[in-house]
Amino acid sequence: MYGVRLWSVRRARGMNAFYRGFETVLVRLHPLFKALGYERIERPVAAVEHAVKGFLFDCRMCGQCILSSTGMSCPMNCPKSLRNGPCGGVRADGNCEVKEDMRCVWVEAYQGSARIPGGVEAMTQVQVAVDQRQQGRSSWLRVAREKGGAP
Amino acid sequence: MKFDDEPVVPGYPLPILPGHTSPGRFERVLRAGSFAVTTELAPPDSADPEDVYKRARVFDGYVDAINATDGSGANCHMSSLAVCALLTRIGYAPIMQISCRDKNRIAIQGDILGGAAMGVCNMLCLTGDGVQAGDHPQAKPVFDLDCVSLLEIARNLRDEHRFQSGRKITYAPRVFFGAAENPSGLPHVWRAQRLAKKIAAGAQFIQTQYCYDLPLLRAFMRHVEELGLMGKVFILAGVGPLRSAKTAEWMRKHVPGMHVPDSVVARIQGAADQAREGRNICIELIQQIREIPGVSGVHVMAYRQEESVAEIVDRSGVLQGRAPWYPGRDTPPASQRTA
Repeated sequence: MYGVRLWSVRRARGMNAFYRGFETVLVRLHPLFKALGYERIERPVAAVEHAVKGFLFDCRMCGQCILSSTGMSCPMNCPKSLRNGPCGGVRADGNCEVKEDMRCVWVEAYQGSARIPGGVEAMTQVQVAVDQRQQGRSSWLRVAREKGGAP
Repeated sequence: MKFDDEPVVPGYPLPILPGHTSPGRFERVLRAGSFAVTTELAPPDSADPEDVYKRARVFDGYVDAINATDGSGANCHMSSLAVCALLTRIGYAPIMQISCRDKNRIAIQGDILGGAAMGVCNMLCLTGDGVQAGDHPQAKPVFDLDCVSLLEIARNLRDEHRFQSGRKITYAPRVFFGAAENPSGLPHVWRAQRLAKKIAAGAQFIQTQYCYDLPLLRAFMRHVEELGLMGKVFILAGVGPLRSAKTAEWMRKHVPGMHVPDSVVARIQGAADQAREGRNICIELIQQIREIPGVSGVHVMAYRQEESVAEIVDRSGVLQGRAPWYPGRDTPPASQRTA
């Protein structure tokens, strides 16, 4: 929801702190996820993730979540799917070139990142091309598998 | 300028000098420290190669490289790759624009290899305008990549000899890669940061959106310096003649990211010959931009007034007597020597 999305960015600091805590829990749950079988729980977890993040951030389930590097403003809501900052067409009122009634997700991201410790620094990282195969899959499980499974 | 090692056949590549990445004239001019001039060719709505050559000829002797736009404004025209391939046949130095709007990474990487094989030495990596802006709003926008991830992939093709998939290529494209930036774009404070990201991803030169507001451009350049980016990239500032106050108003309203200060519009409005005043303003801007530290050249965009580019560049005096290469430059019959 658009209104909730803007609300979430205004609370980027709290959202980010919560998310970090949540990530630690996910990583700790790795043995459980593994025992249950990642592929078996993929669909139900992805459904829950979609419902929660869809409500809070208008999440598009790209499967490679970078919210904490974008001030908690989901870049996949950009009509050009830009993951590395705004295009040159941002309107004078800070709205999107394509959807003129929507705030530019990157103008929002800059405001959100200023509220997150290290958020501004994170925005300067180059984000490589998305893996389109991850579309619709759970970012939560991917994080748990990659970080929990890492030595 | 004439290089000592000019190829005998104009379409052939120049030797790649140490520290250079391409066999092209454009990189040579910039690295030699000359103030470079580039312009934009609007690809025709036609399949006739002569339409391309006609459009290129009007710039002869006044520009170092010619951008071939890639469906600019999301309008359908002859492809950028084809325009560039036609231009390289007779020795021009085109800059192939690549937009992420219409092609996915498979098509784009193929075009980079294909373009380089056809002698294209310069490529400009762009995100592209949204399809809603053009003549085919019913089309599917692709945007598989954005300009930064495209730059990263392009650089890896050239330097690591690999596709994004990791698969090896046998002969790397020798290309000078560029990107765009909009110094008057919003949010102002983040524009130079975004430039830093493009440089980190592989941009070697930058062509900017129109700069009619020099205080904004100067502020942008100061920011570029503060971030330690001076000398890491060649920046060409975008300029162009405004045909009339009405055109200026229209562009302000309809061209995404375009910023024209009221004072500029008022000055054109008050002139007896508005088109001439538009050219005068463009010339003054070029002369002032030349004095801004860190700016390596200008990119003159004169859509539907392409024939005015030669006059603008000539009167601005920025070439300082230098004659950029054009077909026949080095062997003109004496009777045709006019400029």
